[in-house]
Amino acid sequence: MSERQIQLEVLRYNPETDSEPRFQTYTVPCLNEWVVLDALNYVKDNLDTTVSYRWSCHMAVCGSCGMMINGEPKLACKAFIHEYPDKIRVEPMMHFPIERDLVTVAEDFITKFASVKPYLIPKEDKPVSAGEFKQSPAELMKFKQYTLCINCMLCYAACPQYGLVPEFLGPAAISMAHRYNQDSRDGGRDQRQEVIASHEGVWECSFVGACSEVCPKHVDPAGALQQVKVASTVDWYKEHLMPWGKK
Amino acid sequence: MSRKPYIREIPKTSWFFRQPRYMRYMAREVTSFFIGAFSILLVVALKRLSQGPEAFQGFLDALRGPWGVLFCLATLVAAVYHSTSWFNVTPQAMPIQRGEEFVPGKMIVGAHYAVWAVVSLIVLFMGI
Repeated sequence: MSERQIQLEVLRYNPETDSEPRFQTYTVPCLNEWVVLDALNYVKDNLDTTVSYRWSCHMAVCGSCGMMINGEPKLACKAFIHEYPDKIRVEPMMHFPIERDLVTVAEDFITKFASVKPYLIPKEDKPVSAGEFKQSPAELMKFKQYTLCINCMLCYAACPQYGLVPEFLGPAAISMAHRYNQDSRDGGRDQRQEVIASHEGVWECSFVGACSEVCPKHVDPAGALQQVKVASTVDWYKEHLMPWGKK
Repeated sequence: MSRKPYIREIPKTSWFFRQPRYMRYMAREVTSFFIGAFSILLVVALKRLSQGPEAFQGFLDALRGPWGVLFCLATLVAAVYHSTSWFNVTPQAMPIQRGEEFVPGKMIVGAHYAVWAVVSLIVLFMGI
């Protein structure tokens, strides 16, 4: 197994002692198969135990280790060292406040995500004894890709609109609302529309498309947001031009 | 321990230099100015037309000058970039599902190009 020395530049910020972040460089002997998360773990285990970062599964499932790697929003567990030059710069995800080192404050995302009611609101209540809510494979395909979202927030780190307008509901939250709206078993669209069709909702999106480009699970949030715009526009016309067409 | 989150400011006027994809987005947005300017030009053309043949001829002559030609060429380039950049993202905004499969994005983009070509040809024949 081949080994390679890399310079890992890590953005450090200690809220107890620092007034602003600074970079600290570590020399890390990396194996060719390593990902950036392995290099960070090496630093933590062997060089500096004070470096803080989030991680859990090491297999692009938990969505914890999102960070800027050479300026690009990435999961550290999915960013292979051999794809990078000898100097790798890691920073906390853009557009989020820094809690400490590479750890960001996620409250804003969590609040927004919860506000779109990202769960199934059944069209009709029926007792468990009445059996399951059936769904055809075609109905499943309509929203399946959005179920792959792991809430890693990389789309927020990529979205310049979220950076400029922090009130923006953002890609993942609206995509998840779209996912449930598209679900044949769901009847909660009207409740979600109030939030996602607002000005801070989908209309703050200017379709930069960065969210879909960086998504590690190949979800297409940008596509979902445009589809929400189309559906919301149809709603508006139905309401204003065809009052008889209202439900 | 008290919290003291650090907020990184986003430069309001130069943020798009940070990433090539942001630059591509801004390029698409900037092309709108040319489209808008050309629309105003068309309104001016109508105004001149309403003022009689001589006024309209003067307008056409001005348009045939170097600045007029340069503006039209720049607008053409901007319009092509604007249109193609939007055509290429149409499969994301308007996916078409047939049964369990989605119609390939290339077909949706291709359909847009085809309609564009047909409409352009019609306009060209009407102009001849």
